[in-house]
Amino acid sequence: MTGPVLLVVLGALGALAVCAGVLVFVVDSMARATFSLLASFLAVGASLLLLDLPYLGLLVVLMMTVEMAIMVVFMVMLMMNPGGLMPMSMVHNTRGAVAAGVVVLAALSAGIWTVDWPERSGAAPPDTTVQVGEAVMGPHMLVMIVVGVVLLATMIAGLALATPRGRYDRLGPDLDRPRPDDPVDGGLPR
Amino acid sequence: MWFNAAEALLWAAMWMLGWAPNSPYALVGAYRFLAQGLAYELPLMFALTTVGVGAGSLRSTDVVAAQTGGGWFVLTMPVAFVVLLAAAAFTAWGPFAAPAGTDLAGGVLAESSGVGRLLVQTGRCAFLGVTCAAAAAWFLGGGDGPLLPAPVWFAVKTLAVVALVVLVGRRLPLLRPDRVADVAWTVVLPLTIVQAAVVAVLVLTGGMP
Repeated sequence: MTGPVLLVVLGALGALAVCAGVLVFVVDSMARATFSLLASFLAVGASLLLLDLPYLGLLVVLMMTVEMAIMVVFMVMLMMNPGGLMPMSMVHNTRGAVAAGVVVLAALSAGIWTVDWPERSGAAPPDTTVQVGEAVMGPHMLVMIVVGVVLLATMIAGLALATPRGRYDRLGPDLDRPRPDDPVDGGLPR
Repeated sequence: MWFNAAEALLWAAMWMLGWAPNSPYALVGAYRFLAQGLAYELPLMFALTTVGVGAGSLRSTDVVAAQTGGGWFVLTMPVAFVVLLAAAAFTAWGPFAAPAGTDLAGGVLAESSGVGRLLVQTGRCAFLGVTCAAAAAWFLGGGDGPLLPAPVWFAVKTLAVVALVVLVGRRLPLLRPDRVADVAWTVVLPLTIVQAAVVAVLVLTGGMP
């Protein structure tokens, strides 16, 4: 796909992403809101695929789908509007949000049309996946390693803060119980 | 990557399948599916990473090309092979059938009927078939083999893997999703990481056959 056709398809995908994004705040059901958000992300992933970025596009599809599948569980669990008995709104401070949104949109649009874009120099590489890999694993290796460890530490710390049961609940005050006292047994004989 | 993204879409598809009918049995099945998915996703990603490391590329054609001449990846990465075949978990089939179990009156399938049910069942069978074909391409050398032309070899290997999966799957008992999660995170995940590390060392030392 090249030229005008590509532009039209990309425009349609962009419109789909925005419309699905709006739907997130329109629908009442948390399941529908979550999967509208997923539709929005999938449209973005498809646009990346069309721009010859297969790795990044598939990564968006993969990560966002799994993320939304997990998120929907928590959305339904914590934010559900059970049978319309507890109507809830997904928007807060509507006027301030509208004002901020309009100002940012105007500023960004003005930027897009007034910036003196440079002419493209050089051509796209044949394999963008290799380029992404070199960018991540080459000059930015240290940053990626640090960020990865920080993310992992955040996840572990979050779990440790959130879990109501610690090792003393499982193994007793002296940590010497032969079998941990778990509400649900695991699959291993221990 | 395509395989992994498509398999991730199954998460959303199966959950919506369970949510949409507004039925408790189907919803419980959907939650069971998510629990199995959480257990299975990371070992699968490490298995696919191992294949990518072994071939030096994520492209399936490059993976097949890297195995020509008998250096089939199943020899150097057996753990990844088995983990990929456990993609049966993503079709709620065999030992991983709890999301569609008879104890839930059919689980995610409890309420579906007619053309919709046919589509779902076709999709499940198709995914199992695609997984077997992927296993044949990534671990058994694709069309690599003597005498016969490559497509025939590929078909033979795919059918052999299908037969193996069906035979073994029929003989294993149903696994409870919570137990699967425990075993997957404490046993299978470390195994796949060790597998990836072994293959990485083999590649760096030039030990890949």
